[in-house]
Amino acid sequence: MEGVLDFLYNIPVLGYVIQFIAYLISVIPGIAPIVLGLAVPIALGALCGVMNERSGVINIGIEGMMLFSAFTGFMVALVVNNAIGGEPSEGMFAATPALLIGVLAAMLAGALVSVLHAWLSISIRADQIISGTIINIAALGLTGYLNRLISPTGGAGTFRSFDPPEWLVDIPVVGWIFNMFLNQGPIAMSVIVFVIGLQVLLFRSRWGLRTRAVGEHPRAADTVGIDVMRVRYRNVIVGGVFAGLAGGYLTLEATGSFQNGMTAGRGFIALAAVIFGRWTPIGAFLGSLLFMGSQALGVAIRSNPPVGALGETLAGFQQAYPSIYNNFFAALPYVLTIIILAGVVGRSIPPASVGVPYEKEGRA
Amino acid sequence: MSDEVIAPALEMRGITKRYPGVVANDGIDLEVHPGEIHALLGENGAGKSTLMNILYGLATPDEGEILLDGEPITISSPADAIARGISMVHQHFMLVPVLTVADNIVLGDETMANPIFLDRREAREKIVELGQRFGFEIDPNAKVESLSVGWQQRVEILKALYREARILVLDEPTAVLTPQETTEIFAVLRRLADEGHSIIFISHKLYEVLEVADRITVIRRGKVVGSRRPDETDEDDLAELMVGREVQLTVDRGVSHPGATVLSVEGLVVRDDRHHEAVRGVDFELRAGEILGIAGVAGNGQDELVEAITGLRKPAAGTVMLGDEDVTHAGVREMREAGVGFVPGDRQRFGLVLSFPVEDNLVLTTYHRKPFSRGMVVDDDEISRWARQAIDDYDIRTPSEDVPCGTLSGGNQQKAIVAREFGQDLRVLVLDQPTRGLDVGSIEFIHRQVIEMRDRGTGILLISAELDEVLELSDRVAVMYRGEVVSMVDGPTANREDVGLLMATGGRGDTSTAAEQAS
Amino acid sequence: MTEPPSSLEDDLGERGPAPQASVPEPLPQGRWQRLVAVVAVPVASIVLALIAASVLIIVSSPAAEGSIDWTLPLAAYGALLQGAFGGPTEIINTLVATAPLILTGLAVGVGFKAGLFNIGGTGQVLIGGFTAAVVGAALADSSPWVACPVAVIAGCLAGAFYGFIPGFLKAFTGAHEVVTTIMLNSIAAFFISAIVNDVLRAPGYTFARTADVGNAALPHIGSGAFNIGVLIAFALVPVAYWLLWKTTLGFEIRTVGANPSAARYAGMSPRRLIVLTLSLCGLFAGLAGVLQILGVVGFYPATYGTAIGFDGIAVALLGRAHPVGILFSALLFGAMRAGSGLMQIQADVPIEIIDVIQAVILFFLAADVIVRKLFRLRVARAGVDEVQTVTRSYGEQAVG
Repeated sequence: MEGVLDFLYNIPVLGYVIQFIAYLISVIPGIAPIVLGLAVPIALGALCGVMNERSGVINIGIEGMMLFSAFTGFMVALVVNNAIGGEPSEGMFAATPALLIGVLAAMLAGALVSVLHAWLSISIRADQIISGTIINIAALGLTGYLNRLISPTGGAGTFRSFDPPEWLVDIPVVGWIFNMFLNQGPIAMSVIVFVIGLQVLLFRSRWGLRTRAVGEHPRAADTVGIDVMRVRYRNVIVGGVFAGLAGGYLTLEATGSFQNGMTAGRGFIALAAVIFGRWTPIGAFLGSLLFMGSQALGVAIRSNPPVGALGETLAGFQQAYPSIYNNFFAALPYVLTIIILAGVVGRSIPPASVGVPYEKEGRA
Repeated sequence: MSDEVIAPALEMRGITKRYPGVVANDGIDLEVHPGEIHALLGENGAGKSTLMNILYGLATPDEGEILLDGEPITISSPADAIARGISMVHQHFMLVPVLTVADNIVLGDETMANPIFLDRREAREKIVELGQRFGFEIDPNAKVESLSVGWQQRVEILKALYREARILVLDEPTAVLTPQETTEIFAVLRRLADEGHSIIFISHKLYEVLEVADRITVIRRGKVVGSRRPDETDEDDLAELMVGREVQLTVDRGVSHPGATVLSVEGLVVRDDRHHEAVRGVDFELRAGEILGIAGVAGNGQDELVEAITGLRKPAAGTVMLGDEDVTHAGVREMREAGVGFVPGDRQRFGLVLSFPVEDNLVLTTYHRKPFSRGMVVDDDEISRWARQAIDDYDIRTPSEDVPCGTLSGGNQQKAIVAREFGQDLRVLVLDQPTRGLDVGSIEFIHRQVIEMRDRGTGILLISAELDEVLELSDRVAVMYRGEVVSMVDGPTANREDVGLLMATGGRGDTSTAAEQAS
Repeated sequence: MTEPPSSLEDDLGERGPAPQASVPEPLPQGRWQRLVAVVAVPVASIVLALIAASVLIIVSSPAAEGSIDWTLPLAAYGALLQGAFGGPTEIINTLVATAPLILTGLAVGVGFKAGLFNIGGTGQVLIGGFTAAVVGAALADSSPWVACPVAVIAGCLAGAFYGFIPGFLKAFTGAHEVVTTIMLNSIAAFFISAIVNDVLRAPGYTFARTADVGNAALPHIGSGAFNIGVLIAFALVPVAYWLLWKTTLGFEIRTVGANPSAARYAGMSPRRLIVLTLSLCGLFAGLAGVLQILGVVGFYPATYGTAIGFDGIAVALLGRAHPVGILFSALLFGAMRAGSGLMQIQADVPIEIIDVIQAVILFFLAADVIVRKLFRLRVARAGVDEVQTVTRSYGEQAVG
């Protein structure tokens, strides 16, 4: 066995590729929880996108919704924490009232911003892409303004990851999957539930059928008595809650602090994940894992470099060009997003009426 | 019939609806009885659809009332209408293509297993049963997009029956059907009427109305201008009522003098967007000064054929020759430069930029030529001058040449396209649905222009969903069926029924199943 | 015989309305009335946004000062005005801040005309500026007559290339520019930071930066900040107008923006036009970066970041994608940017309030129903019609 591998590894050029694949297989179980952690805001943002686009509304404001909720959640948690005095909790996830209220505030903030998007793009019939752009600019400006004005110090801490029992993680072959989904904070852990739940609802429930009908052919839905506007409003607002949760995750579960523009394009990667996943929750979730897995790889290589020729080459490069090395892995999700969009879009068919405002009487 | 004894199932009284600048319905009265097939006859734009939108809650009348079984009611939404047993089969089907037949039928009135989840099994059983009662077997699991138009129409009717409709409105139901499919649908309608349903049948085709209706109400410019029983009227009478003057039902096409071959197509294979072969080995020749009509049910490869000939789509195999020049792989611009004009089927999607002024639309395909531009620089004055001339010559009703084209009526928009395309020196002219949705006046005008183009020696390829139009204008008619030309017949002597049968079956017999599979 | 409008009865449409920009309401007759019709909603939106921002300033004033300060907006706007127009130096600073905004405004606006939404201005600015910095540093000791034009052209071409990428991706794979350009913005920042830190870092500085551009710097006129690049930017306004409305290329760009299907039918090549237009947009934005680096900064710091790319979106929307409108809205935002520093120092109002004002202006432009009702304006909508093509193309598989 080892002899075979040795032979394969020593093939010129191709050997590196084989070594790399072998390395990938060996590190994925280890970095899986990190990958999921990075993918959480993307996946939640993508669920927001699926909710919106399935009902025929484009939402490029996910980025701004996330950012605004991240700030709101953080500030609310901070204020509550300062008001009631924060003893770090010893309970599950180290959840304090401040953190919980902060998450709720983030979800509410997401919903509120999405009401604005819904009103502009559904009621006013403003252009949906412009509406999203406004939300992005407004969120960037408002959070930047308030953040500089208030200059918050400290924070309310973060949720702690759950420690799954050893025996579960140690199950051969599949143990790491349990670790991936359970060695997480509460928001990250709930993502998979939302993804599967939404998938089932979308294709088996009345809500799902009506949502898809409204996104594909709103007039057909209208003519059988479905209130197109209501369906769209509901979906956009519930979608906003998901975007809000993504924002709350960034400040209250992942980092514990707020920086200007900290969403850093995640809302747009989420849009690409929606397209990659062909407007299904599960597909979008897998897309999120794929996009962010590439970033986690940079962490893996640094902490646990591959052995052999490949590892030496990589280590040498990292020594000589640390900045290029770091920036390369930081940029990978963005590059991958473009590559996958370019490869997938032509074969992926969005809901037919996405982006088209609905007018009831069908005449201007 | 004992009209006085039984109250009408539906009565509309004094319905008036105004839109900015136009009265769409002007005091319309309509009575429909149980078990009656009532035809609503009128030109495009006469106000039929508006009236039915009011009945279906899609529009609110400014004046007038609606009575159901003698009781006055208000209908404020389609949901209202459905709840009162009124259903509508729209001309453009209100079906979601990517959903299954069953999902489409139950949509809005779903059978539920519990408050959240659907009960699809029960829905399927109900639908199959309902279909059997009215004589058609339907697969509830089929995706609607995989059905032929004839079957999609049955799904629409099932949708109405599923909602226990008593009054069924069908808006131009035969527009997309072959004569044979039409006959089949008429049989279904008659069966429904015999069971006590009331049917309102909207059409502008005279012979159909005479064939199927128990009573015919004619609408012109928003008013009821007459009501007839089929046995007390004929086509000429109805046509005059409908248009308001005597109408020549046939075009005076004179005699054609075909010259040399200007376009020859050989072994042409074209794939559609889904990479299926939509055109499968088509051969024909078009001669100067003749009109070659293409008859066929929509979706049998006509669109792809037109796109290949005009350079919009690259053929997968075969050759297209313009005279003795091989233009198989030429692009749109090259084809146009070689003298091919094209009036597109979807005028608002392809033919015009509605937000541009009329004058820019009149040079949309010629702006790059002298005298409209020199090098890269356009000459606005030349464009305006030519536009004013074209507006005059083609009687385009517009306040001026610089108003947005979208503010013109449909007929005048089409005239603008015709002015632009016909105003060039052309060897070949491709006309796709040149009169779709137009009023009789515009249709007559355009038909005259087409004949004139022919007499100037242009070879004309005419594609139309209106079999009557194809038969009236064409010197020869090619019948397309599943991507092939299955027959070439002589235009003036062609028999409507025979061509219809060829359209439906490709001339291979066995009518009933062929059309179903034609998707 | 008068026919009813086609929209009335034609068809209720399976696909809804025809997929193209909506028909603009006709403008009234008369020069003055036309002007009012065009600028009324934008001006009203600006006024409303300034009012809304003062409410925010008042409400948030306790955070900085401990109590509500009712006059803070006046102090802030006063300082803003003074910082923008208080004297010759301030006016020059405003013009210098306006110049790149004109260019990034055109970079977005010309894209809109072709039905494209170029959110990638930021990345194109960075790439353009960075390339000019690198080429400029290499030619720092050559004759200014060589160094400066070569560096400028190199920066423009690099920007154009960075616009070409999303153009190519959209035209040939259907990947929508709204997502790809945002990704490219981040990628540009990562890429440049990596190169400046590891490869092109100039020795002798405490932070990572490239070497001075020396003779490649844009010549200054007078002793202040006014450089020749400002003139170039202003001169490009009539050029862009001429290009869009007086050339066949402009006719094609506007056609593909209003109705891509009709453009294809008419024998134009939407693919070519998409690639060409986005490259042109990238060129404009790249030039904006060039002006910043060669005209203002003089070298490229690894951490360089700028808002001018993003501001271009607001500039183009407020200017309704028309070069003249873009000129005026660039002046507005240029003045705000130039004056905001003084505002932050004097009134303690963070400069981010400018972003808030931008967003609120755009909000009122989008929700112009409110504006028209509030001011009883009987004028047309204020949107950029071609944006509908952007939005529709998001819902299409690929560009045919």
